Amino acid sequence: MPTFLREASLKRHTVLDMLFRNLTRVSAFGVLMLLVAIIASLIVGSMPAIRAFGFGFLTSSEWDPVNDRFGALIPIVGTLVTSAIALLIAIPVSFGIAIFLTELSPRILRRPLGVAVELLAGIPSIIYGMWGLFIFAPLFADRIEPWLGAHIGTMPYIGPLFSGPPMGIGILTAGIILAIMVIPFIASVMRDVFEVVPTLLKESAYGLGATTWEVMWKVVLPYTKVGVAGGIMLGLGRALGETMAVTFVIGNSHELSKSLLMPGNSIASALANEFTEAYGGLYTSALIELGLILFFITFVVLSLARYMLFKLGQREGQAT
Amino acid sequence: MNIMPSLYMRRRIVNATGLAVSMLAMAFGLFWLCWILWTLLDHGLPALTPLVFEQMTPPPGSSGGLLNAIAGSLAMTLVGTLIGTPIGILAGTYLAEFGQRGWLAPVTRFINDVLLSAPSIVIGLFVYEVYVIRAKHFSGWAGALALSIIVIPIVIRTTENMLRLVPTTLREAAAALGAPQWKIINFITLRAARAGIITGVMLAIARISGETAPLLFTALNNQFWSSNMDQPMANLPVVIFQFAMSPYEDWQKLAWAGALLITLSVLTLNILARVLFRQKAASH
Repeated sequence: MPTFLREASLKRHTVLDMLFRNLTRVSAFGVLMLLVAIIASLIVGSMPAIRAFGFGFLTSSEWDPVNDRFGALIPIVGTLVTSAIALLIAIPVSFGIAIFLTELSPRILRRPLGVAVELLAGIPSIIYGMWGLFIFAPLFADRIEPWLGAHIGTMPYIGPLFSGPPMGIGILTAGIILAIMVIPFIASVMRDVFEVVPTLLKESAYGLGATTWEVMWKVVLPYTKVGVAGGIMLGLGRALGETMAVTFVIGNSHELSKSLLMPGNSIASALANEFTEAYGGLYTSALIELGLILFFITFVVLSLARYMLFKLGQREGQAT
Repeated sequence: MNIMPSLYMRRRIVNATGLAVSMLAMAFGLFWLCWILWTLLDHGLPALTPLVFEQMTPPPGSSGGLLNAIAGSLAMTLVGTLIGTPIGILAGTYLAEFGQRGWLAPVTRFINDVLLSAPSIVIGLFVYEVYVIRAKHFSGWAGALALSIIVIPIVIRTTENMLRLVPTTLREAAAALGAPQWKIINFITLRAARAGIITGVMLAIARISGETAPLLFTALNNQFWSSNMDQPMANLPVVIFQFAMSPYEDWQKLAWAGALLITLSVLTLNILARVLFRQKAASH
């Protein structure tokens, strides 16, 4: 090949290389910009509400579209309480599932059971919501809530949490449905995290005569605690932002009640129910500010989750 | 005989209890899956008549189907995937192939992880703010755009992970033959990672075909047939939401039929993606 041809071809490839590299770089940069754009648009959209209510928005429990007075306290509390209930149920159950999948399950069942748990994670959230509204809530109102009211509702201190008419829909129902939704997320992260524990470590413990439970509790869990915490935060991130499953069963009432059996509201369900019907600039803007608060909370939680899982990954790198 | 059980016995009891409880937890998890699937089949199958695929969504009190909603969902899912996939693959390629140095790759990776689990309703709000307000009306395009924003992080994540599985020796062999980098990536590494990337795209489709929240403020709903993506567009999830929350029995029946359809397609996609990926992994 004559020299000038070779040089031309080299040059062409250098240019193409550069083009391709920059194309991919622009795409990666676009993802960054996407986040900036989301935050910016939410801030711009909520500006009228921020100007009108300032920090009082966070602590006011008023929600009065007729007189244009809005406060975010009830949806924020509802979001946090439902997520807390969900985690309270989901953490021990996920831990059990992860132990079962890593240590106890017969080898043949391990894969199908793992897939089944992941399928539970794949079911769209609207299905959970529908199921909750039509099947779970009536059952809950008939069987469980009267019992709760009669037995726990009369206790001192925690009694008021469980008193009230059995309606089926409410904060507690929403929390339970959320728990069913996040169990597969947390369980599959825990299982993955438990699997990075070096076999040598576990076998040493077994060799010293430890029981399976002691190995899990005193060797595997301490070794993976950062990753387990990361998985829990990931589940929390899901629970905080979940919309449809909660909207169906939480009851959508802007009233602050001490009882978990009473209907409430979460940020996401307030948005889903009211946004398209919101009239007037301030109403829409208050709802967008709710979205901004939700995004902020989940951003912090998810960042923490990533940081923790990253830490565990680093240690895994050192150990091997 | 001692009244207190010995230490050994106590440890055995704790162990047995712990393991029994973890088995119960597994049964608890599967119990919900079975119950939800059973409910769907129980309520959905009787409602799933051929009419569902032939007629439009009805006003309350008359019979009808879900044809416009099914078509709208398919159209928006398709457009959303078509917008999201190329961007996702390109950005994922950057992270895996060019991201060794500099600040952009680690930051993007982190942001992407956050976007991956960001509340989808906020994405709906975002598209409402930047598109629907400007266009002054709800539209199928806006819905597709919102869905594409959900697709992008999923595709980025799987593309990067799959490209990292391609052995470096393959790249070096190609480079030693004199191939320029764009050719190595496009014709060697991306091709080697193809099955994994397709799996990721399928999982992304499965995810968006059930998404409701981002469509509420973007595509809205439409009771009639609409082939114009610039108009509000009917879609299965929002129709299910509206019909299930309604007091009309025939609407609720249609909602169950739609719910069964969505769940079956999502689960089929999920299982197909797994089977496909496993076959590819086994052939290596």
